[in-house]
Amino acid sequence: MSLTKYESTQREPLVDGEKTYHDVTVDICHTIEVKPTRLWYIGFYISVAFLCFGAFAVYREVTYGIGQWNLNRTVGWGWDITNFVWWVGIGHAGTLISAILLLFRQGWRTGVNRAAEAMTIFAVMCAGQFPIWHMGRVWMAFFVMPYPNTRGPLWVNFNSPLLWDVFAISTYFTVSLLFWYTGLLPDLATVRDRAKTKLRKLLYGVASFGWSGSTKHWQRHESLALVLAGLSTPLVLSVHTIVSFDFATSIVPGWHTTIFPPYFVAGAIFSGFAMVQTLMLITRKVMNLQDYITLGHIEAMNKVIVLTGSIVGCAYLTELFMAWYGANLFEREAFFKYRLAGPYGWSYWLMMTCNVVSPQLFWFRKLRRNIAFTFIMSVVVNVGMWFERFVIIVTSLYRDYLPSSWPMYYRPTIWEVGFYLGTFGLFFTCYFLFSKYFPVIAIAEIKHVLKTSGESFKDKMEPLEKEEVEKFAHEMAH
Amino acid sequence: MAVKKFVVGCFEDEKILFPAVKKVRQNGYKIHDVYTPFAVHGLDHAMGLRETTLHTAGFIYALTGTTTALTFISWIFTKDWPPNIGGKPHFALPAWIPITFELTVLFSAVGMVITFCYLCQMSPFIKKHVFHPRATDDMFVMVLEVSDRASEDEAANFLKSLGALEVEAQVAEEGWWLGRYDKATLAYERGQKGVIA
Repeated sequence: MSLTKYESTQREPLVDGEKTYHDVTVDICHTIEVKPTRLWYIGFYISVAFLCFGAFAVYREVTYGIGQWNLNRTVGWGWDITNFVWWVGIGHAGTLISAILLLFRQGWRTGVNRAAEAMTIFAVMCAGQFPIWHMGRVWMAFFVMPYPNTRGPLWVNFNSPLLWDVFAISTYFTVSLLFWYTGLLPDLATVRDRAKTKLRKLLYGVASFGWSGSTKHWQRHESLALVLAGLSTPLVLSVHTIVSFDFATSIVPGWHTTIFPPYFVAGAIFSGFAMVQTLMLITRKVMNLQDYITLGHIEAMNKVIVLTGSIVGCAYLTELFMAWYGANLFEREAFFKYRLAGPYGWSYWLMMTCNVVSPQLFWFRKLRRNIAFTFIMSVVVNVGMWFERFVIIVTSLYRDYLPSSWPMYYRPTIWEVGFYLGTFGLFFTCYFLFSKYFPVIAIAEIKHVLKTSGESFKDKMEPLEKEEVEKFAHEMAH
Repeated sequence: MAVKKFVVGCFEDEKILFPAVKKVRQNGYKIHDVYTPFAVHGLDHAMGLRETTLHTAGFIYALTGTTTALTFISWIFTKDWPPNIGGKPHFALPAWIPITFELTVLFSAVGMVITFCYLCQMSPFIKKHVFHPRATDDMFVMVLEVSDRASEDEAANFLKSLGALEVEAQVAEEGWWLGRYDKATLAYERGQKGVIA
């Protein structure tokens, strides 16, 4: 009798190689226990350099005012909000992988969920920077919090989507952080119990909260993970819905559409998975984790990319159709005259190519399983998704109702670009530190699926399965 | 916390562990706990633990969040600071749903994690006795509580007969205390570990 639930041998193994539980621990803890490689140092210092440049760009913006950016009369939102939406979108994949795929019982999530969740947290941290520094007088940022104050009874506007965003993003960040960290506790305890140096014992001892692996604690841990997943699933959908409300509840032609929430959510998952691919392909190679993040994982994520890319494509076409069918002159002009064509037409077609046309290549299995191609595609998709936000924001704003207030061609200053590059610095600095000091793969969860989905265990299952189908199914299926 | 005598048996496979747990319980031994490197499904039932009610706590926290958001916003927008937004009703429930939802989730998640940490007595700088360092690696560690020397030997032999790879008697403090993992916290812990078998 087997205690583990039977997994068909038709399915690809989730863990390659002859692994025991101990091998899993050793493989994943290895990078924490040795000195970082030269490649790690190079990448880390480059990230820190970008971060410093970004900090300087922000310093300029705070000291000299928002005029350091090229925002103007009608383009009041430019690169900053584009970057904000882009980063928030990227931040959606982690919770999708860890929460929605947990509810759907997708075994392959175990290989990538930890790093994807970390990526979510770092991306949301980057996203949060933009609206905060865009406030201009950032020292008053706390005004967005509702608290009794001496400014008369002056409260925040609870009917405003911008305030909904404050709540959505901060809740999302908090819940993702809790989800990620509670999942980390058992793995940090594993590192602690293996630690040879005093410092490591101390730090991981503190970080693991005294986790012991008691059965009762595991039972509560499982319950907690399940409920947090159940909470995060609507949460992740609500966050980008609310981000889309920032636009959709306005009356600006090009923003004022009801399709925005599902369209934004699909786009967020699309770009988030692309970013997960970028990071995972590098991580598995540099850290030698090819046995845990297998071609099967990469293919599964590419399938999500082609699905969400197609949904996004449908949304683009629906938008165009409604702009024509709705018979609203302003909306029609906004789309057909100033978005598809006009001085920013190039950005629209770049977006179309990157987001709608190129992901269709993933219908070919060979390309889905090609690492180099996947890597290039993951970057292409994120470039496309950045341009999607740019198209939505800038091309809806640069032609106002009054031709007299039509601005000059909006292009960012070096400090606007620098701020964006700075968030890349922040993101990758955090990711490098995470990959060095934390288990990048959920050790306990891999062990949990090892005996059902590990390659060596599946191999043993095959002859058994062939012997007597009926008997086998009866014994193993429960 | 009380210092007690324990017999620690290490199993390397859950297939051996489950029947062992069953036999140990049948023979009237007191299982202190079973420490596993990952969540072994069904082990809690095999040990006779009751279901956790953590999710109920989560539900209550969620309701608290919903109530807090709704009462707070409606008090502000209808009593304390009623804004005139184009003559629309002050009680604008549909517009409050996003924040109400977010606070529901936030209260539930934060409350549940705090409750989880409280129930499992977990926090930074909390230390617990580690019965076997490989319990978080690749061993399923069953810990029995014993009262005297005779039952200690008997329990150890019994665990061996059930397929435990290593069996060890330990005198340890149960529960938690404030401490660091890089320091041996209690002096008596050293020198009293005797490996039987």
